[in-house]
Amino acid sequence: MTGFIGAESETLPLMITSDVVHARRRVRERAMAVGLDLVSQTKIVTAASELARNTVIYGGGGQLHIDVVTDDTSVRPRVGLRITFVDEGPGIADLDRAMTGGWSSGTGLGLGLPGSQRLVHEFDIASTPGQGTRITAVLWRRDP
Amino acid sequence: MSRVHIVQVGSVLVATLGDELDDESALGLQTDIGERVVRSRGAGVLLDISALDIVDSFICRVLGDTAKVVRVLGAEVAIVGMRPAVAITLVELGLPLDGVTTALTLDAGMAALTRIAAARKRGDASPRTGTLR
Amino acid sequence: MTAHGADGSDTGRARSLVDLIDRRGSEILTSWVQLQVTSDHVHGASRDQVTITERSEAVLGALREGLATSGRAHDPVGPEFEPLRALIADNARRGARQGAAPEEIAHGLFALRDALFGAMQAEDLESGALNDAAVTSAQLIDALALLSFDVYVRGREEVILRQNQQLMELSTPVVRLWDGIVAVPLVGTLDSARAQVVMETLLQSIVDEHAQVAILDITGVPTVDTLVAQHLLKTVTATRLMGADCIISGIRPQTAQTIVQLGIDLAEIVTRATLADALVTAIARVTPGPDGDVTAGR
Repeated sequence: MTGFIGAESETLPLMITSDVVHARRRVRERAMAVGLDLVSQTKIVTAASELARNTVIYGGGGQLHIDVVTDDTSVRPRVGLRITFVDEGPGIADLDRAMTGGWSSGTGLGLGLPGSQRLVHEFDIASTPGQGTRITAVLWRRDP
Repeated sequence: MSRVHIVQVGSVLVATLGDELDDESALGLQTDIGERVVRSRGAGVLLDISALDIVDSFICRVLGDTAKVVRVLGAEVAIVGMRPAVAITLVELGLPLDGVTTALTLDAGMAALTRIAAARKRGDASPRTGTLR
Repeated sequence: MTAHGADGSDTGRARSLVDLIDRRGSEILTSWVQLQVTSDHVHGASRDQVTITERSEAVLGALREGLATSGRAHDPVGPEFEPLRALIADNARRGARQGAAPEEIAHGLFALRDALFGAMQAEDLESGALNDAAVTSAQLIDALALLSFDVYVRGREEVILRQNQQLMELSTPVVRLWDGIVAVPLVGTLDSARAQVVMETLLQSIVDEHAQVAILDITGVPTVDTLVAQHLLKTVTATRLMGADCIISGIRPQTAQTIVQLGIDLAEIVTRATLADALVTAIARVTPGPDGDVTAGR
């Protein structure tokens, strides 16, 4: 039994671009609530913004789930915020390329997945062309 | 606050960005700034992003494109007020905002605009201001 | 009183405790609050009777619900007891953050046990049933007390860790060397965590001091590994992004090798052998040139 109880899971729609703004705000609030420092908050909110936009624009719309997660397995138990993006869109055809590409010409081409990955501690992506995409990112609270 | 709030200070336009930028307001921003640049006969532009608590790739693109629009219209542009947490995150994201001058404060921004304008007159191709060597 | 726990089952015991709370809830609450408020273990602000009453009432209610819906009395596990555990944990966490002593945390729950005993005795049960009820509630409260203590200890650890973090930040001194120039002279080992703190402190000081140049002096740092070197580079890049400049001074030969091995374009970072050299460069940078405007310090 962990000491962090009452961690509500919430779901937000990501259907139109203004949902992205709302998602940023909610992730910021949850990040603050879980005790992430300012830089960590900024990182996860930025990643959320990237991934939320992807869901709306490329995924045909979907959802964001926000959870507080705990990890009791390591020497020092840690707490983190997990954001999960789900859509039932066209999926990502070449996942390898998407994960190594990045912003080649620096003007926002590509999905920006490698960048988002660098911002968080754990990053998981599952995508099936024609069925959809599910991306999970976790940022652990930094305890010295 | 969507879109942008523009104020003229001497020969410089200060455009303050709000943090609820979506696709629509991004285009509106470029239109608004472009119109003001033309109307003010090419005054310099400072893009004030001090209200932005995050800058993602979309906003980066908007800033970059806006800067290009301003330059095409014959004026100089600098971005001011980037927060430390934003700078750290952008470095991690790998978006160095190449080619756009940045400054810490409005004062520093105005000085930077003067510097870039002078450098262009001297014929420097791409003045990367304030580079120490 | 009807057959309660007389069947010896856990469900029966749960049922009797629920009945007890239903029948004597308000006197249990009153007695419990009274014990908490008058205790030697409770200090100052936490003596506020209204708050204590509210919190106690919530706990008692959650306890009743947990027992009623789960039909279990011997161990407060499972989703039915989740609200109760949440309340207990919140309380312990709050206590930890506010620096309460361990006894304060435990006392509240033991006082509940005493209040429950009091109510049981008032019921005038036959001794076997009384014993049974007392043991059951004691086991329950003990389990809650363990949870409470666990949360409390983790909470205290968190507070200590956070204080360590603050100490680390304090030990990253920023010096304003000149108008528009700040320096961070580092001494000692630089690990990844500290490098992160240094980066954030340096950037914040640039904002606070409106600095145009920041000097990061690592003369006093014996070795720098690749991870830290990357942090240093990120610091320089972030500084530039914000519109200022960063000079790294005091790089030792081994560190220079590390940086080269990382494949970093050396034209990208400005370095000087000593802090003094860095200062000279920085002053040239911030001093207005003959045209009256700041030159690029070439």
